[in-house]
Amino acid sequence: MPSIIEAFQSQVGRKILTGITGFLLVFFIIFHLVGNLAIFGEPDAMNSYSHFLHEFGPILWFARIGLLAVFVIHAWIGISIWLKKRKARPVNYNVYSSKGGPSKQGLSSRSMAFTGVVLLIFVIFHVNTFAFGDMGTAELADGTQVHDIKTLVLDTFQNPLYAFGYTFVMILLGAHLGHGIWSAFTSLTLKSKKASATIYTIGIIAAVILAVGFLFIPLYIYFGGGCEAALIQCN
Amino acid sequence: MSEMTINLKIWRQKNADDPGRFEEYRLPEVNEHMSFLEMLDVLNEKLIKEDKDPVEFDYDCREGICGSCNLVINGRAHGPKHKTAVCQLHMRNYSDGDTIVIEPPRAAAFPVIRDLVVDRTAFDRIIEAGGYISVGTGAAPEANLIPVPRDTSEEAFDYATCIGCGACVAACPNSSAALFTGAKIAHLNLLPQGSPEREKRTIAMVEQMENEGFGDCSNYAECEAVCPVGISISAIAQMRKDYMKAVF
Repeated sequence: MPSIIEAFQSQVGRKILTGITGFLLVFFIIFHLVGNLAIFGEPDAMNSYSHFLHEFGPILWFARIGLLAVFVIHAWIGISIWLKKRKARPVNYNVYSSKGGPSKQGLSSRSMAFTGVVLLIFVIFHVNTFAFGDMGTAELADGTQVHDIKTLVLDTFQNPLYAFGYTFVMILLGAHLGHGIWSAFTSLTLKSKKASATIYTIGIIAAVILAVGFLFIPLYIYFGGGCEAALIQCN
Repeated sequence: MSEMTINLKIWRQKNADDPGRFEEYRLPEVNEHMSFLEMLDVLNEKLIKEDKDPVEFDYDCREGICGSCNLVINGRAHGPKHKTAVCQLHMRNYSDGDTIVIEPPRAAAFPVIRDLVVDRTAFDRIIEAGGYISVGTGAAPEANLIPVPRDTSEEAFDYATCIGCGACVAACPNSSAALFTGAKIAHLNLLPQGSPEREKRTIAMVEQMENEGFGDCSNYAECEAVCPVGISISAIAQMRKDYMKAVF
């Protein structure tokens, strides 16, 4: 009988772990998107929200390390599956095409490794820009001095390279989730054909909503001119 | 009865060490009612008459039930039709002047023996690891002695229809054998006769699948699309479920 560690290193265990970590990452990005939408709230909303998270102190660091671990496990397994695939088929087909029907092969599923690696690199830049970026301080209505993340976001997305770069990566995020959400359910032993078809459709809709939600912000800031934009209130 | 000329591009490989190459053949007078394998028989007769080596390919029953034939035709395992083995594929699905590319199933775990014939004993070793039930010998027990709910027996039977052709491996972009192994595990684990050994069986067969060098499953579901008996990827879900139950 394999130990739990050995079990999660088996083909079946790895896939289940990919599903669990995938779900956790989807929950995180939903949470992240909701937080991002604070930019359209009251002038202080985004900085208050950021301050609220920082108030958690050690718990926030605990959550960050946990999230990093989830992300690393997910990426590590994904990359190892991709590497193993070349070993499992050393000679490729001269001609290869999908048979269609129940097959889920498509741009989204076949590009999981590519979109995943781009997202991995993106996250490093993203964290460096916004979590560890050089930001000033702002004063909340009650006089509390907080990190001015809002100004950093508004300034960053005035740069076309950031605005369009983020947009491109968010399209790739949508593509990753288009297969990923359904795949996570399937990895976690979803059996019913009917439920599978419904979840596949819901997964694609959710992927589009999340991608559009994320890419709307940089594009809106860029084209709206930051504080000049109708939906953004600045002090 | 219409006849056509078919251009064939077939993988030729003398043995496992030979790097292999494609050879092209022009085959006139192909009858639309011929099965795909009969078309290859005609090609081989022609090659033999020309004193050339015939194309080696696997077949046995030619009735779609033995799972011996498994060619990758124009990039699709068992050809263009769903739920159809190569032997049940007919030339009426092709048109005059078509070019057909035929390759063996490609996987490290299925080394080429010669031309289109591959060694699929990796599947046999997965079965040997646990794809059976241990019963005492003696008189056959009364068939209806152990009640099995209809839905369960139907589901188990669906998985039991796996003919072990290896099309799932051939079509999977990762060369995964998850559908084959899942079907074999699920059909035994679901039934009361197979249930006592379900944990041991699931762990042993999953381990053997990995040891044979098959790739990981990425839920492409291409295996279900090419399966000549249409086994659902729910077999893989059942395998994952049973594996986790066995470990925890």
